[in-house]
This record gives sequence, C-alpha cells and structure tokens, in this order.
Amino acid sequence: MTQFLQQIINGLSIGSVYALVALGYTMVYGIIKLINFAHGEIFMVGAYLAMIFITVFNFPLWAAMLGSMAGSALLGIVIEKVAYKPLRKSSRTAALITAIGVSFLLQNAMLLIMGARIYTFPQVFQNTSWIFFGLRINTLQIMMFLTSIALMISLQFIVLKTKVGRAMRAVAVDKEAAALMGVDVNHTISMTFALGSALAGAAGVMVGLYYISMTPYMGFAPGLKAFVAAVFGGIGIIPGAMFGGFAIGIIETLVAGYGSTLFKDAVVYAILIIVLLVKPSGLFGKGGKEKV
Amino acid sequence: MILLKKHKKTLLYFVLWFIVLIGVNVLIDTRIINPYYRSVLYGIGINVILGVSLNIIIGLSGQLSLGHGGFMSIGAYSTAIMLRSNPTLSGLALGVGLGLMISFVVSYMVAMPTLRLKGDYLAIATLGVGEIIRIVILNLNVTNGASGISNIKNLMSWPLMFIVASLAVILTLRFKYSKWGRAAISIKEDELASESMGVNVTRIKVIAFMFGALLAAVAGAMYATTYYVVKPETFGIDMSISILIIVVLGGMGSLSGSMLAAVFVGVVNMFLQSFGQVRMLIYALILILVMIFRPEGLLGLDELSWSTIKKRLFKDAKVVKS
Repeated sequence: MTQFLQQIINGLSIGSVYALVALGYTMVYGIIKLINFAHGEIFMVGAYLAMIFITVFNFPLWAAMLGSMAGSALLGIVIEKVAYKPLRKSSRTAALITAIGVSFLLQNAMLLIMGARIYTFPQVFQNTSWIFFGLRINTLQIMMFLTSIALMISLQFIVLKTKVGRAMRAVAVDKEAAALMGVDVNHTISMTFALGSALAGAAGVMVGLYYISMTPYMGFAPGLKAFVAAVFGGIGIIPGAMFGGFAIGIIETLVAGYGSTLFKDAVVYAILIIVLLVKPSGLFGKGGKEKV
Repeated sequence: MILLKKHKKTLLYFVLWFIVLIGVNVLIDTRIINPYYRSVLYGIGINVILGVSLNIIIGLSGQLSLGHGGFMSIGAYSTAIMLRSNPTLSGLALGVGLGLMISFVVSYMVAMPTLRLKGDYLAIATLGVGEIIRIVILNLNVTNGASGISNIKNLMSWPLMFIVASLAVILTLRFKYSKWGRAAISIKEDELASESMGVNVTRIKVIAFMFGALLAAVAGAMYATTYYVVKPETFGIDMSISILIIVVLGGMGSLSGSMLAAVFVGVVNMFLQSFGQVRMLIYALILILVMIFRPEGLLGLDELSWSTIKKRLFKDAKVVKS
C-alpha cells in the first residue's frame, strides 16, 4: 500500500508535466484542428532555454522559467505564422505532415546547434525530501505540482474570463462566424499558440529539474504521451487535458513500478488505441455527430 | 502478328527492363560500379519498395500511417531469424514468407479497429503501433533485445534486388488501377461521397493498409540481408518519417514519383553521409516546403509517362496565358 501511494505521488509529479504539455495540444487542436507534433519539441527548446538562462546569464530559477516561457511562446507564434498559416485551407493530412516536418526541423536544428551530447540541467533548486507515513516526497515534486496547478488555473481564467479567451472559444466553435463578429482570427490563433507553447516551456523547465539530463530528443516521447493524455481526457477540453495528464503520469509510474520499465511506453500507446476505439471523443468529450 | 502489335509496348518495356537488369549486373561484375555504389543501389531499391508501399496507404487511400517502420522490422527480423538456421536463398524465401504472415496478422489486427478513425487520430494510432512493435521486439528473446541480430547471411545481389523491387512496383501499379485502387482514390478525395456511391470504405482502407504493410515486410527482409544487421532502433519513428519523405516528395499517389524520390533520397544520402544532422534538417525542410507550396507532391496522382509530361507542359502553358 505504501509503495502504491508512493507511485501515485511520483505519478502526480510527472503527470503535472504531461498535463501542462497536453493543455497546449488541446488548445491548438481545439482552435485549428491540428495535432501540433512540434509541441514536444517546443517543450525541449523550453528546457534548453532555461538551461542557457541559468548557466550563461545567471538568472534565478523563477526568472529562467519566465524567460523560457516567453521564448517558447515566441517560437510557437513563429511556427504558426511560418509553417501552419499557409496551410489553413489545405487538407488535414498536409497540415499534419508539415507539423511532423517542423518537429524534425526543431529537433535536428537543436542537435546541430548544441550537439548530441547530454547536457545536465543546473541544479539551482534546493531539494529537500520529507517522509510522511513512510512516503517520500520532495520539494521539487511539490513545486512541480503546485506550479502546474497554478498555471492551469490561470489558463482556465484566461480562457473563461478574458476577452482573448472569449475570442478563442468563439474561433474554436466557428472561425467564419467569429470573424464576422469582429474577432481577429489570426491574432487569436497566434495567442493560442503563444499560451500553449508557454505552458510547454514551463513543463520543459520542470522536466529539466526533475530528470536533470537533457538531449534534443527529450521532447518527442513526452510530447506523444502528452498527446495521448489530451486524447484520453477529450481533445479540445481543458479540464480533460489536465485529468488525462495526471492519469497518464500515474499509469506510467504504476506500470514501471509493478511491471516492467521497458513496457511503460507500450502501455501508454495501447491506452491511446483503446481510448480511440472505445470513446474517441475522450473521457470528458461529448460525442458529436459528424457534419457533412 | 496482331498479338505482337497489341503488346508491342509491353514487350518494349520488358526488353528495356531486361537490358537494365543485365547491363547493371555486367557493370557490377566488371567493377565499374564499385561495391560502395552497389550498396547505394541496393539502398535505393529498398527505398523504392518502401516508398511505393507507403504510397498505397497515404497516397492512394489517404490514410496517414506513421508505423511503417514497424512493419518493415517484422519482415527484417523474420528474415534474420530464418537465415540464422538456413543461410540460403530458400531461407530468405522462408523469411519473407514468415514476415508476410506475421505482417498480415498484425496489420489486420491493427487495421480493423484503427482504420475507423479519422485522419490525424489514425496517424497517432499507427505511430503507437509502430512503437509497440519496436518495444515488443526489444523485449523478446528470439530477437535478441536491444543488441539486435548481426552476422545475417548476405544474399543480396543486383538481380534479386532489381526483380523484387520491380515486382513491388508492378504489383502496386496493378493495385492502383484495379477496382480497389480506384475505390481507394475515391475515398481519399471524399470519404462520404464514395461511401454513398456504394464503396465499402473500411474494407478498402483495410485492404490498402494491409497491402502496404505486407510490402513493407518484404522491404524489411531485403534490408536484413543487404545490411546483415538488424536493431530495434533502426525501425523507429525516424525510419517511418524517412519513408514518408519519399512519398511526399514524389507525389501522393504517384508510384513513379516515389521511385524518382527514392533515387533522389538515395543520392542525397550518399553525398551527405557524413553530415547526418544537415541531412535530417534538409529532409525536414523538404517536408515543410513541399506541403506549403505543392501539397500533392512532385507528380501528384499522375504517373511519369510522355503523355503526362505533355499534359503538364500544356496545362502550365495555359495557366500562364490566362
């Protein structure tokens, strides 16, 4: 039982990262119906940016995190303007292939710039661990959990209570109608990319702190898992992405803890396939009729 | 005589084909094509099979599959295992047969449920399948885990490569213009419309997917015996994407386009062999640029022939005039 609870705690901390990345997937999918494959790479860039801010410019951790969120947001906007905007009218397959291209471009550009060597994230965080009732929990885990919850609440606030958020929801429902009502669609889509990418950047910093080692490939697998999380919760739905992220994190650590570490990735993909077959709209999704 | 006249074109193609087969073989024997270029040729041959097989899935039926590397690995590993106990051509044939069988079962299991999914979900599901295949291979004993199987008997020769690649191309061409192929193209154009015209959408998608997966297993078998080492990481997402690049570049649905693209990619790989990252960067850029400026790829759905070239030139000329 203690071990089980311990796995849940570990799962929640890594799950908060997945949840943050999943939010970006969900927001972008909700607004332009595109699986932004490059989202995982934005997360990777965020981690590298924070490392550079800390080691080169001696930023404190919070400033590095804000800096990498800003940098990631900018990168997200640029990617959308350059690669996805010209494709808004073309087939979804074309957009998806472009997204794969962008993902590979970022990964290999980073390999070219930083080399294939493994960097270690600077350990600026004073990490102490406590033991409650036999459960080990450390400051970093608490910090990750609280930061991601805070970010999610602020995101929910932006989406539900602000003008930009209202525009986002309007564009997600009907682009043309929103434009007719005076919503600047391009600006709104850019904002969505910026917000989603900023969250990915923050998640990148947390993963850097948590796993310490960093490579240009670090974004791909967590990116896919976060996507699975988004689908699990119901893509396009913000609370669904949060729930999915935590769920995937917990399932993954449970499989690693009780089964085999080697199979933990396979289980996540299997979950994806099962969810898509049983309830493609996700756990929180409402099944809608397809429009002709 | 009438028969000869009717089949003149076919006969001409066959003679040309035979000349290439013998001609290149002579060039290889006389070392004009040295072993290095020979291996480049084999690589192109494998890429041709992979390109046309994925094109059946993506280009014809419009289903974005990102798990092609997984099916390739099934063929590669079956061959590697078969050749271990029987290092002859019959062993290779057995390996191909085993690969086809496993690929048939796996692709059927994958296709039946997942092909009901719409475009982008399917891409992720197939990606997941590819990863699952890789992880299973990584954990099996018979596949020797992460270190893979090495010292596979090298049975590759130019005639073998050329014949297998040609067969793959002919089969896919026949498929494209068959009842199934035309139904697949109609699904890609408009799924709902073709369904209302009486096309069994799921069935056609499954057939196209399985056909592509089977050919990928053949390509994997050729890979195993050409490079005599198979490792799980070779057949990951990178492999699936590099096949995707061949399809995208050549044209969605154009089999001759895939062949041209396979040659192009083979030659680029040869020149940029020592610049791994630059090469991948160029491929990524190609993917993005082709999708933005020419989403149907170089040749689109057309095949390379004199009539299409004429049609192209004529059509383009008209566009300029208007």
